[in-house]
Amino acid sequence: MSNAHDLLFRTLADPTRRAIFERLCRQGEQTVAALTARSGVSQPAVSKHLGVLKRARLVRDRHEGRQTHYSAQLGALAPLIDWTSRMTEFWENRFDDLENLLKRMDQ
Amino acid sequence: MSKPTDEILSVVVEREIAHPPEKIWRALTQPHLMQEWLMKNDFRPVVGHRFNLHGDWGGVLDCEVLTLEPNRTLAYTWDFTHDDAAYRLKSVVTFTLTATRTGTHLRVEQTGFRPDQRQAYGGARVGWSKFLANLEQVLVRAE
Repeated sequence: MSNAHDLLFRTLADPTRRAIFERLCRQGEQTVAALTARSGVSQPAVSKHLGVLKRARLVRDRHEGRQTHYSAQLGALAPLIDWTSRMTEFWENRFDDLENLLKRMDQ
Repeated sequence: MSKPTDEILSVVVEREIAHPPEKIWRALTQPHLMQEWLMKNDFRPVVGHRFNLHGDWGGVLDCEVLTLEPNRTLAYTWDFTHDDAAYRLKSVVTFTLTATRTGTHLRVEQTGFRPDQRQAYGGARVGWSKFLANLEQVLVRAE
């Protein structure tokens, strides 16, 4: 049960939580108050969702005075990015290096 | 839900290269040349030979030569063992070289599966693809 995918999927399975995360992705760092204003749920509910996102390392918090600012941690999504895309890019890059090598080689 | 399932993976990359197959074959099968474009290795051009590819990231791939047809086809296993099932991989990499008027058509195909993946993950992928596609766009813009 303990694998990176399960945690990410469980965390992002909730539509409200997903909406909060997507807003942080698109609009950058936000305070809890700003996130609450447009979420349609109470501030304690938003804080709770942010706590879950933080445990999955999908967001990071930064304290400034009495405000807490949250930002999306896109690196946490890396395990979800499609294997095929990643390997295609890997082989394209390797072929680039292969072509460079061939230019340097003798017949 | 709890029954393990294997997710079949496949990727093909092809390229026209302005060098003859014989020369590309050397780059694919001589360890000191393989190291320059692929990874550090102890490859030998012998069917059944087991070797490792050492990635820059510290990972080590377990490989075994399966097919060796000089200047035409090279295939070896490409397995990765990891504590986290999300990263485990069993696969086969096949290089195919076809002579052309201007050089070589080089094709690499990697097929395999990830052992011990949960079915929930495979099923969830479909519904998640749109969401993930959006996120990938965000990731590209963020770079």
